[in-house]
Amino acid sequence: MSAIAVPKVRRKRVTTGVTLSRRAGMVFVLPALVLFAVFIAYPLFTALSYSFFSWTGIVRGDFAGFDNYVTLFTKLPYSTDIPNAFVHNLLLFFGAMVFQNTIGLGLAVLLHRMGRLKRFFQTMYTLPYLVSPLVIGYLWSLMLSPLFGPVNAVLRAVGLDEFAQPWLGNPQTAIWVVVLVTAWQWIGFPVLLYGAALGGIPQELDEAASLDGASAWQRFRSVTLPLMIPAIGTVSVLTFIGAMEAFPIPYALGGSQGNPAGATDVLSLLFYRTAFESGSSNAIGTSSAIATLLFLFIFGIAVAFTVMLRRAERKLF
Amino acid sequence: MTATLTPTTGTRRSASAGTDAPRKRPRATAGGFAASTFLWLYAAISIAPLLLMVSNSLRTTQDMAQHPLGLPLPPNFTSYQKAWVTASFDTYFFNSIFVTVASVVLSTAVSLLAAYAFARTRSRLFTSLEGLFLSGLMLPVYLAILPLFFLLDSVGMISNLWSLILVYAALGIPFSTFVLAAFFRQLPIELDEAARLDGAGPFATFWRVHLPLVKPAIATVIVFRFVPVWNDFFYPLILIRDRDAYTLPVGITRFFGEYQTDWATLFAGLTLATIPLVVLFLFATKQIVSGLTAGMSK
Repeated sequence: MSAIAVPKVRRKRVTTGVTLSRRAGMVFVLPALVLFAVFIAYPLFTALSYSFFSWTGIVRGDFAGFDNYVTLFTKLPYSTDIPNAFVHNLLLFFGAMVFQNTIGLGLAVLLHRMGRLKRFFQTMYTLPYLVSPLVIGYLWSLMLSPLFGPVNAVLRAVGLDEFAQPWLGNPQTAIWVVVLVTAWQWIGFPVLLYGAALGGIPQELDEAASLDGASAWQRFRSVTLPLMIPAIGTVSVLTFIGAMEAFPIPYALGGSQGNPAGATDVLSLLFYRTAFESGSSNAIGTSSAIATLLFLFIFGIAVAFTVMLRRAERKLF
Repeated sequence: MTATLTPTTGTRRSASAGTDAPRKRPRATAGGFAASTFLWLYAAISIAPLLLMVSNSLRTTQDMAQHPLGLPLPPNFTSYQKAWVTASFDTYFFNSIFVTVASVVLSTAVSLLAAYAFARTRSRLFTSLEGLFLSGLMLPVYLAILPLFFLLDSVGMISNLWSLILVYAALGIPFSTFVLAAFFRQLPIELDEAARLDGAGPFATFWRVHLPLVKPAIATVIVFRFVPVWNDFFYPLILIRDRDAYTLPVGITRFFGEYQTDWATLFAGLTLATIPLVVLFLFATKQIVSGLTAGMSK
């Protein structure tokens, strides 16, 4: 997940004056615009168009309308692979959400009251988030290795032998490993973001509620939590995008096939496999249809949610 | 959920106990004790796998098989040598450094220029261009990899590190212009007017007056873009076919295929790929934190 912040849709105009002529402004924007147009805008529009043609290898054939999309939902293996992978993406999203908004929020609240050790703990919690997800995935695959892996060794050492098992070899546990490893890696982000949000809440509000006789839990529920909604919303959008785009961690833990038996497959892996490993002659058409659907789903939901969030925020403040 | 309750309970107690009890020290209470236990426990959960990675990289594979939970005593550095030389980590490492530095410099430079224009113009054209760039923050751009591949292939740039540099530079534009434009907007317009009275043109004003003032934002953008570019695995997996041009993440996948049973070397390789980030984080915590919380600007 590339850590990015959701921009405010409407920005306060500060004392922006016009000091650049239109022509000078264009000269300043041009280099960035060229890079953006060539490497982001052009490929995005082209990818969309690819999905409406039938392909033979890398040769574009006739216009195919929605045939590629129909294939996705009617032909094997796509018609079973897509729902299977999609459910895993959703599990990643919900797993991370639960983890971040209980443990992550709890850690942020506790740290908010902390004095000198705050920085230290923040550093500890954020380190996994900065490490390459691919490295994280491979690291856990070694740790969970059935024979020599330290996780099973710990379980055996404390007498829980029956729990020691091939975590990544068992289809039932493998997806949960992916979910937990992902949630574990991401937790640093909500800890920092919630920390910043808590810092922005005026102390007086809490004190006023306290004078009115509100208990600690009531104050948290009715004062702190509503004021955290924008931060929780931001974390939710980014978690959604990250969970739908998940690629390196599942790749490291289950390979490009989503082993065992598709138990760790996700949509990005399915797209990658279809485009580069399937050997199907219409690989480009089919994979572009997957890409387009996934693209519309991620962007659509992210935009809709952000707009909703801004509206809720405006009502709140 | 009990965990989230404890700290607030702790403060309430200390607050009602007397005004002389400092607010920020809930330690003496039972709630405070539970709170710090939770903090330390999670710190251990968070950091233990990374410590284990480093520790195991200093042991031999045979030792790990016999004592899965042993310590690296005495530390053994041969696996680093093996990863670095035999497994070509030196090549991957320098490729990664080159790609990361060049792309971050390029994207910061073009974003600075664009952000300055966005902050100092007011017309529908520039507003919509800025909106276009910002939309990039939420677009799953990587899904457009096929046309990108064909585009780069048509100009013979597959397996060329510059293809990665240009792509990453473009990918950095949305975040960088977003942060930098917000900073430029905070600078008073009087600066520009004063510079103009002194006879400075648009570029001189930008270069001599504004650039020195947005240094903190530049630091944030540079440090913060470093991380995803260094870590990225998807683009080199597809755009780099030649082993000599692999960056670390793709190098690692190959390496995991070939050294499967050589655990010590695997751990050493993972550690090598992680060290630059940890160093960066420890020296630039401030920039990382401000980058992560950039969306929260009020």
